[in-house]
Amino acid sequence: METKYLIIGNSIAGVSCIEGIRSIDNVGKIVVVSKEDIQNYSRPLISYYLAGKISENSMAFRSAEFYKENSIELILNVTALSIDTKNNTLITNTGNIRFEKLLIASGGSPIVPNIQGYSKDIQGIFTFTSFSEAKKLKKYVEEEKIDNAVILGGGLIGLKCAEGLLEHNIKIHMVELSDRLLSSTLDKDASNFIETVLMEKGCVVYKNDTIENIYSENNKISKVKLKSGKEIETKLLVIAVGVKPETSFVKDTGIQCNRGILVDQFMKTNISNIFAAGDVAEGKNLITEKSSLIAIWPVAARQGKIAGINMAGGSAVYEGMFPMNAVEIAGVPVISFGITAVDNLENYEILKKSDGKTYKKIVLHNNKIVGSIFLGKIERSGIYAGLIKNQINVAEFKSFLLEEDFGLLILPEKYRKHIVVGDGIEV
Amino acid sequence: MVKPKRIIIKEEYCIGCRLCEIYCVTKHSCAKEIIKMYKEKKIASESGICFEEKGSISFAIQCRHCDDAPCLEACITGAMFRDKDTGRVLHNKEKCVGCWMCVMVCPVGVVKISQSEKRVASKCDLCIDREFPACVENCPNEAIYVVDYEGKKITKE
Repeated sequence: METKYLIIGNSIAGVSCIEGIRSIDNVGKIVVVSKEDIQNYSRPLISYYLAGKISENSMAFRSAEFYKENSIELILNVTALSIDTKNNTLITNTGNIRFEKLLIASGGSPIVPNIQGYSKDIQGIFTFTSFSEAKKLKKYVEEEKIDNAVILGGGLIGLKCAEGLLEHNIKIHMVELSDRLLSSTLDKDASNFIETVLMEKGCVVYKNDTIENIYSENNKISKVKLKSGKEIETKLLVIAVGVKPETSFVKDTGIQCNRGILVDQFMKTNISNIFAAGDVAEGKNLITEKSSLIAIWPVAARQGKIAGINMAGGSAVYEGMFPMNAVEIAGVPVISFGITAVDNLENYEILKKSDGKTYKKIVLHNNKIVGSIFLGKIERSGIYAGLIKNQINVAEFKSFLLEEDFGLLILPEKYRKHIVVGDGIEV
Repeated sequence: MVKPKRIIIKEEYCIGCRLCEIYCVTKHSCAKEIIKMYKEKKIASESGICFEEKGSISFAIQCRHCDDAPCLEACITGAMFRDKDTGRVLHNKEKCVGCWMCVMVCPVGVVKISQSEKRVASKCDLCIDREFPACVENCPNEAIYVVDYEGKKITKE
């Protein structure tokens, strides 16, 4: 098989790449290969599916018409095995595909740590990063009438899974290795809020702890033992310790990788006709100025689109982004940006405010915002993201940053006009 | 891409009356009429406007329907979409699950959380079914007005 454009991966980075390509080239053949068996679904929606809030029919973020209108040849159930970069050929389990331009948007795969007693054949142990896993998990929960569960990992995946399981009235034991939940995006105060909310829902949180042993009977999980000694009987364990970039097929191809695939500002790898985007790629972190993995939807969307434009002969630059997260746990919305927890207080200034129901924190470095947390009240938080992205000096209006009615009005006039209208129109 | 018309803000003309908000809510309510809407008690919609005021300065701001809209990229359901015919950024409440990604990435901060029965995102639709947005039509001092895609002021004749 031959194609002008080949895309590995059919989630938001791959789909955005299609949109990028088609904004320039309306006719070039595009083939998309996916290892999954579904035309289109939104990965972050799997927790809503587990919770029973949306049906299988509502999982798509692009319709069937999207693929038709853009003349996409979508090939499902295909696993990429390797890339022959000299002959511009992708080797898969079902055959070879020659390409002129390739995008690697293979995303991530769940990490399963080495735990004593673990075997992938034991029933009742799940990961939670794909729709097929979520479907199996939901079926298991309903058929086995699960009433208690252990989740290993108190990060975003673990919490989203907990949210889904809570809707089934399941008592959750959450085991987290670090000293707080959502440790990569929240500080201790915000994490305590989340923990309290979860405890009110009947969850038990074990921090600074991990699972040491998994016990099974007749190939079904029966119990886990924590490092602290605590034993929990359960028929369900969800392993949610994180994901790693899916780069297995990139090995020995000459494509440069760190933790993820390394790309330049055009999302191009070290091989001139091969691009990478999304959770598999390392892009520029605007705050640290370093190349890093930022495995979030908006980053994947932007990177995919930019890759697509460049693959089609256009010119677009990825300016970089920074970590950000939006999550709602038991009715409490939380949004965080950038660096939210700092130890070295000499270099940072912290502003924070809490009233028991809401929490707001701003982290400053040299009078520029480098991170923030909004808990309970999240409206208008995007303005702060803009201040971080554009590295605006906030010295003049620092005292307003925590104000309830913080808005565009207190921002420097020039910046305000710029974000409100762009060029040529007055505010 | 079709470029949408835009609402331009002149903060020096804003008298802070907030009629824009009232007419926005009325227009998006079931009753469509101010007294009836008030009597409905359960206000079925919310204003798509963020009204800001500090000292003597005030203005009303609503979704900018950006050319390069971050909310479109951030939406995990496809609920936020670009209307092909008008170029507007519109939001499908049925599809929205309330993940707040759009709230997170909007640098203008104009995506709100709906207070109606379903907790989903909510924003200005430029009054999709009428020529003039309700806020603009009812601004007594032309502190907000509409321009076409070329920036030419549209007046009501």
